[in-house]
Amino acid sequence: MSQVNRLELGGRINRHKTLNFTFNNKTYQGFEGDTLASALLANGVDVVGRSFKYSRPRGIITADAQEPNAIFQIGSNDASTIPNPRATQTELYQNLVCNATNGWPNVDFDLMETVGKVGGAAMPPGFYYKTFMFPQSMWMSYEKIIRKGAGLGSSPLQPDPDTYDKMHHHCDVMVVGAGPAGLSAALAAAQAGSRVIIADEQNEMGGSLLCSTQLLDGMSASAWVANTLSELEQNENVTLLPRSTVFGYFDHNFLGINERRSDHIGETDSNGTRQRLHKVRAKQVILATGAHERPLVFGNNDVPGCMLASAISTYINRYAVVPGNTLSLMTTNDNAYKAAIAWHDAGKQVTVIADTRPIPEAGTEGDLVKQAIELGIKVLFGHAIINVKGSKRVKSVEVAPISSNGEKVEGEVVSYTCDTVASSGGWSPVLHLSSHTGSKPVWRDDIQGFVPGKTEQAQLICGGVNGVYSLTQVLNEGMQCGAKASQAATGEPAQEPLADQEPSAALELSAELEPSAGKKLSAEPAPKLKLVEPSSAPVIKEPVEAPAMALFHIPHVKPTSRAPKQFVDYQNDVTAAGIELANREGFESIEHVKRYTALGFGTDQGKLGNINGMAITAKSLGKTIPETGTTIFRPMYTPVTFGALSGSDVKHLFDPARFTAMHSWHLANGAEFEDVGQWKRPWYFPKPGETMQQALQRECLATRNSVGILDASTLGKIDIQGKDAREFLNRIYTNPWSQLAVGKCRYGVMCKEDGMVFDDGVTSCINDNRFLMTTTTGGAPAVLSWLELWHQTEWPELEVYFSTVTDHWSTMTISGPNSRKVLEKLTDADVSNEAFPYMGWIATEVAGVKARIFRISFTGELSFEINVQANHGLHTWEAVMAAGEEFDITPYGTETMHILRAEKGFIIVGQDTDGSVTPQDLDMNWVVGKKKEFNYLGKRSWTREDNQRSDRKQFVGLKPKDKNFVLPEGAQLVFEPNQSIPMTMVGHVTSSYYSACLGHSFALAVVKGGLDRMGQSVFVPLADGTTVEAEICSSVFYDAKGDRQNV
Amino acid sequence: MLHIYCPYCEEYREEEEFHPHGQAHIVRPLAPESLTDEEWSQYLFFRKNPRGLHHEMWVHAAGCRKFFNMTRHTVTYKILETYKMGQQPSITAEDTQ
Repeated sequence: MSQVNRLELGGRINRHKTLNFTFNNKTYQGFEGDTLASALLANGVDVVGRSFKYSRPRGIITADAQEPNAIFQIGSNDASTIPNPRATQTELYQNLVCNATNGWPNVDFDLMETVGKVGGAAMPPGFYYKTFMFPQSMWMSYEKIIRKGAGLGSSPLQPDPDTYDKMHHHCDVMVVGAGPAGLSAALAAAQAGSRVIIADEQNEMGGSLLCSTQLLDGMSASAWVANTLSELEQNENVTLLPRSTVFGYFDHNFLGINERRSDHIGETDSNGTRQRLHKVRAKQVILATGAHERPLVFGNNDVPGCMLASAISTYINRYAVVPGNTLSLMTTNDNAYKAAIAWHDAGKQVTVIADTRPIPEAGTEGDLVKQAIELGIKVLFGHAIINVKGSKRVKSVEVAPISSNGEKVEGEVVSYTCDTVASSGGWSPVLHLSSHTGSKPVWRDDIQGFVPGKTEQAQLICGGVNGVYSLTQVLNEGMQCGAKASQAATGEPAQEPLADQEPSAALELSAELEPSAGKKLSAEPAPKLKLVEPSSAPVIKEPVEAPAMALFHIPHVKPTSRAPKQFVDYQNDVTAAGIELANREGFESIEHVKRYTALGFGTDQGKLGNINGMAITAKSLGKTIPETGTTIFRPMYTPVTFGALSGSDVKHLFDPARFTAMHSWHLANGAEFEDVGQWKRPWYFPKPGETMQQALQRECLATRNSVGILDASTLGKIDIQGKDAREFLNRIYTNPWSQLAVGKCRYGVMCKEDGMVFDDGVTSCINDNRFLMTTTTGGAPAVLSWLELWHQTEWPELEVYFSTVTDHWSTMTISGPNSRKVLEKLTDADVSNEAFPYMGWIATEVAGVKARIFRISFTGELSFEINVQANHGLHTWEAVMAAGEEFDITPYGTETMHILRAEKGFIIVGQDTDGSVTPQDLDMNWVVGKKKEFNYLGKRSWTREDNQRSDRKQFVGLKPKDKNFVLPEGAQLVFEPNQSIPMTMVGHVTSSYYSACLGHSFALAVVKGGLDRMGQSVFVPLADGTTVEAEICSSVFYDAKGDRQNV
Repeated sequence: MLHIYCPYCEEYREEEEFHPHGQAHIVRPLAPESLTDEEWSQYLFFRKNPRGLHHEMWVHAAGCRKFFNMTRHTVTYKILETYKMGQQPSITAEDTQ
C-alpha cells in the first residue's frame, strides 16, 4: 500500500522506520512518529466510524484531544484491547491492531444508517426518552440493540497482563503543558531555583511549536524547542514527563498525571511499567494548556473531509500528510489562513477561502490574508460555506454571501468542487483543569472565549489558556509566570527584573501558598539551589492580524430546522436544530440543554462542541453567552485506564489479607475459609466426602460431647493501662467495673450515646492499672478509635493509654466437657474448678511456653482460651491437638462457633444487632449498671420516649414449625400471614441454623414486642411465595441455667 | 484531596491519612440525667451544616491517632486553621463577615 497523502519531504517522522498496522482488518503502513490518525490520513482512509444516532460516516476532524470520531478499539486480543482511545493521540507502533468502535456490521456498510435515514427527522433530541422509555420493562432490550448499533467500544475480557504503578511527588512548581508558554514558564522557574515538574500529553514536548513555521531569534521553532528541552533536561531540579496527561486538578494543588510509558512501543515489546500514575502536590501550579480551535457549525459539516483548520496545518507540518487534494477553507479569523497557505505550499490546490468577515478596507488586511491573496488563492470576504455535498467524502461545497452580523444568507449560492473543508471559528482556551477545582470560567468578548476564573488554588495561567495567542506574548507571559511561581513557592525573588511587559491580570496570585495552620510552620530554609541566569524572550516576527469575527453557527438559506444537518456535537449527533428544538421545548438552562440533547456526553466530553452549543442556545434564547453560562468540566480531562488508576493495588495488594499464626495448619487440614474483615478465618473443616452440613453437625456434637478447638486469634485485643483505666471502663461499658478483682474477667457491652449496642466482649483485670479488652473481630479498629475519641476529647484528665495487641497473641479456645483433661496434660497449673473458677484467668505455661488462660465461654461449654505469644501459636496449637487426640479433639470454624453460641442465645454484634438495638431490646438488663456514679455512655438515651416503646423490636428465639426447615437469615416476619402486600412487617430473622444437639432448626430474631409474645406464632413469607410458621420462644435454647460452662 | 496540617505532628500530610469526625466543639453535658429529651436530642442528633466556615473534628488515623480541630470552608474547601483538642478557633465565621 502506498501512503497516497504523504509528502516527499518534511514532518517530524522517521521515514527510515516503516510501521505496519491494521485498521478494520486491512493492513497499512505509517512511519515512526506518526499518530494513528496521521497514518490513516496518509493512507487516504476517509471513514473511520459511524455516528451514534444517525450512523453517518465520519472521518478524522482534529489532531488533538478533541477528536470525537476517530475513537477506536485498539489492541490485538481480549486482554490488551482498550476501548475508545483517540487515534489522534495514539502513537503508531509496529503491528498495531485497531477497529472502529462504532459501525455494525462495519463502517462502510452500516445497518443503522438505514434507520438513521428513514428515521432522521423522527429522531429529535430526547428521542430515546420519548420513544424507548415505555414500557419501562423493555428498556433493557432496547438498550442492548441501541448499544450494539451505536457501539461505545467493548471492555477487555481477559485480565490485563501489564503492570502499572504509582509515584508521589512534591514540587515547587508544576507546569501543565509543554507548548511555548509551558516551556518558557518551566525554564524561568527552574532558572530561579525551583523544583519543577513539567508534563505534556504528547510524545514530544513543544506543543504548537512542533508545527509552527515561525522563526524564534532567527532559528526554527523546533530548534528553539530542542534547545529549551536540552537546558531543562540538564537541570537536576526539573522532571520532564512527556506522554503524560494531567487528567485532574484537585483541591490544595493536587494533580493526577497519567504517564503512558510503553503504550507507544507496542503490546508485546513492553517491559516494566505500562502506565504510571503520578500524584503531585505542588506549591504552585502553572496551567499552560493552550487552546483548542473551534469548528464552525454548517450544513453537513460532518462529511469525512471536514476538518479543523489547525488540524490541517498540523498534519501537513508535523506529519507531512496532506489529507486531500483540493481544499476549501471557512474562517472567522486570520490564523486559519495558515492551513490554506500550508496546503498551497504542499503543492495542492486551495479552491476557495470563505472569510466570514466583511470586505476589509484596502490595506487593513492581516499579513496572512495578504500572503494568501499574493499566492493567488481565491479569497471571498463576507462569505460562508453553508453546506457540504458528499457522503463518504466531501465532493463540493456551497458558498454564499452572508450578512455582516453572520445571521443570514444574502445572495446567490455558488458551488465549488473540493474534497476537503477546513473551518475555524476561533479558539477556546483549554480551561478544563482550572474548572476541576470549582473555578467558574469567565467569558471574554475580546477573544470570544471562556478563560479560567477566580480560583482558590495557588494557580497561575499563561499562554493560550489565558487567551493570549501571539507567540511573543505567550513566551513572555510564560517566563513571567515561571518566575512569579518560583518566587511564591520558594520565597526567593527572581534574580533580575523581568521582561518589561506589563504583567496581565491573570498573573495575580489567586490564592495563598498554603492554608495557614494554627501554628505556622517555622520556615525551614530550603536547600539552596543553583540559580541560572534567566533567559530572555526570543525575538519573533509576528504577523499582523485583523480582528476576528464572533461567529459560531453559519446560516443556511432555509431555517435551521429545515436546513441540512448542522452538527455541533459529532459523537452524540447533536445538531444546531436539535439545540434550538430543546430551547423551544423549554430547556433553557445550559445544563438542561446538555442533558436533554446529550451535548457533551460523549467520550470527548464536549471539548469540540460545547462552546458552539452554548452560543447557539444563547442566540436562540436572545441572550449573551455569559448570560447562558457554561457547563463545568470535571475530571478526567481525557479517559484514564482502570489499570493506571489501580496501579499495583490489585489482587492480594488490593486489600491485605490477615492470617493467624495457625493458618498453615488450617490449610493443611482442609479448612474452608471465610473473610471476617481482612482476616481469613477457618469457616469449617470438612473431612473428605463431607458436605458442609455434615461437617458442622460433626463439629458441634464433638464440642458438646467431648472437646473442640477454635482459632480465636482474630478477636480484637486492646491493652488498657493507667491509674484511671478502671474508671474509664466504667464510663465506656454499660456494666460496672469497680469491683472486678485482679485475675477476673467480665463480659461487657458498649453503647453509643444514642443507647444502641455498638460492641461487646470480655475484659480482664490484669492488675489494678491494667486491663485487657477483647472486641469483636470486625469491630477492633472502631473500638480502639472509640476509646481514643472519648479519652482525647472528653476525658483527657483520665490517665489511661490504649494499645492494640491483637496481633501479639495467638488465641485458641478449647471447649467441651473434656477440655480440662486436655489442658491438664499441657500445664502444671491447677486448672480445677476450685482453683481456677469460671470467669477468671491465670498466667502459666502451656506446652512449655508462657500463656494466659482465660476461663470464658462462647459455646456454653467448659472452655479455656489459651493465649500465647503469636510466635508460639502454631507450636501450642499442635501440642493441644496432640494432647487432645485421645479425646478426638475436633477443630471447628466460625460456622460451628456461630451455631453453638446461638444455641445459648449469645448475640453477635452486627449480626443480631444493627445499630438500632438497645441492651433492653436484647433482654440484657443484667448488663446495665443501675448504681454507677458516672452517667456512662448511652445511659441517658434509654429513657428517651422512643426507647421506652413497648413495641420495639426485641430479641427472641424462633422455633420453625417444620423442624428441619432453616429459616433464611434476613427474612421478614409478619403476624398476619394472609394480609395482602404490602404486609405489616414486624421484625426479621437475625441468625438461623440447624442444631445437631437440639435435633431441630432454630433461629434468633427481632420481633416487635417479642418478649411479651412468648409462645405466639410469627409467619415468614418467603421469596417463593410460600409462608412458614414459627413459634416465638426464649433466645436461650440450650442449658438455660448455664451449668455446663461452670463445672 | 485536602492537604492537612496535623497540629500534633506539626506537618502537612495527605488527606488519606485522616478521617473526618463531624462537627467540633460539641461538649458532652455534665449531667445528662437532668436534661429533657429535647435537650438531650440537641446534643445527640442536631448538627450544623453551614455554607462557609465550619469547625470540624478530624483524626490523624493513619498517623499519630490524635483528634484535632479544623476550620474549613465548606464551599472552597480551604482550610483556614487546624488546632489542638481543647483549643478554641482563632478564626470564626463572624471574623470573616
